[in-house]
Amino acid sequence: MGHLSYEESIKKVYQGLILLGVVTLVEVGLSLFGKGYIVSGVEEYKAVIYLVGLGLIVLSLYKAYFIIYEFMHMRYEVKGLALSVLLPTLLLIWAIIAFFQEGGSWKDRRDQIQEKNAEPSDAQGIFDLNYSFVFGLPLCK
Amino acid sequence: MATTDTVVEHEVHDDKELWSGAKEPFKASYGKLMMWYFLLSDAFTFAGFLIAYGALRFSSPTWPVPDFVFKTHPFGDSELPLIFVTVMSFLLIISSVTMVRGVQEGHRNNTKGVVFWMLLTILGGIGFLSCQAWEWTNLIATEHMTVTRNPFGTHVEAGVYLNDDGSESDEVFEAGASYLIHKAGHHGHGDDHGDGHGGDEAHGDDHSDGHGDGHSADATAPGDYKGHVVDNQGFLHRKYKVTEGPDAGTVKYESFGPKSFGALFFFITGFHGFHVFSGVVFLFIIMINAASGLYVERNNGHEMVEKIGLYWHFVDLVWVFVFLVFYLL
Repeated sequence: MGHLSYEESIKKVYQGLILLGVVTLVEVGLSLFGKGYIVSGVEEYKAVIYLVGLGLIVLSLYKAYFIIYEFMHMRYEVKGLALSVLLPTLLLIWAIIAFFQEGGSWKDRRDQIQEKNAEPSDAQGIFDLNYSFVFGLPLCK
Repeated sequence: MATTDTVVEHEVHDDKELWSGAKEPFKASYGKLMMWYFLLSDAFTFAGFLIAYGALRFSSPTWPVPDFVFKTHPFGDSELPLIFVTVMSFLLIISSVTMVRGVQEGHRNNTKGVVFWMLLTILGGIGFLSCQAWEWTNLIATEHMTVTRNPFGTHVEAGVYLNDDGSESDEVFEAGASYLIHKAGHHGHGDDHGDGHGGDEAHGDDHSDGHGDGHSADATAPGDYKGHVVDNQGFLHRKYKVTEGPDAGTVKYESFGPKSFGALFFFITGFHGFHVFSGVVFLFIIMINAASGLYVERNNGHEMVEKIGLYWHFVDLVWVFVFLVFYLL
């Protein structure tokens, strides 16, 4: 835009291409490392999986920042425009925390039901089980 | 003070102009501003899909491992995890860069440059769509994944696969290992089966009598065989003996993976692919307009190219996150 010369801005675009390409390759490498393709055995450690996941998310957010600020020229827009577009996305932080929490909770509940189903039960218990299946009530004795 | 008064007066004067329509809010044209807000709303739509994906993934005891699911590519037989989807990502990144170049030429009113760079952008978009078409075809036709069926499963216990006669084979697997359920008779496995008495338990049968004369038609018909189960849709679930944990010693067969994987994959990548497709259509229209010299005549010059550029970068931006959650994590 206005503050950069034509040649400078062209150079910047190709630097951006190299940057995004390198970040993408690093991401793929990191992902394969986390799955144990590069050094076998690392995928057994929980810490490695979490760190790789965190690294991938940070790199993706950096790519998103670069695309919005350089390619979409958000850097050169008025601050109010940038804020009015970017601030609403903060709502997503709440949605991510809430729904992922919910997903984990579904899994725990499913495990709980499976455990209950596997419990040895007497005749009365079997009757309860059938009863609860018919009416869709939670399992309770 | 006199200076303050003049400043205030000046501001009031400016405000009047701002609200009487002479000035653009945020110093951006109406079209560009609305494109930004459209993209914001679209971002929320995609975020809703991706958050649903995350919630369902967290709610499943297992989830198909992406480097196992996405290891196929059309260039030969070797299997390289994630290579094909990396090529797709690069196509979108490169087409984003050519788009920026097109916008830059638009600022200089260089019609030829705009058309050239937009044409390259369109080719990148078509290349991406072609790759996605191949990926989908492979998943649907070769690997039999649909929105309601996911043949990519994950073992939750360590075990050993059974031979066709019910004896233990030397194929040992750990908990967390991935498998793909094939159609019976499609991938060689169902072809060399020995005797298949339907319905009998192949529990701990260690001798290998009766291996040999079998009709593949029998072994691929729905039923319970010693080494596998064929379901009514013709899918072959291999049997295995659990070697660790509370169920050690029992024989189980491979079950389908979490159902929601297929639906989420096809809906989310399909919705993104639809954005790419509509982007290509709009790019094409605007390229034709630019080539006709329409934008040189306009007061706001090649702003239309800038607006489709914003949309195109957004498509690339969404892919960053689709790539992250479906292929990398």
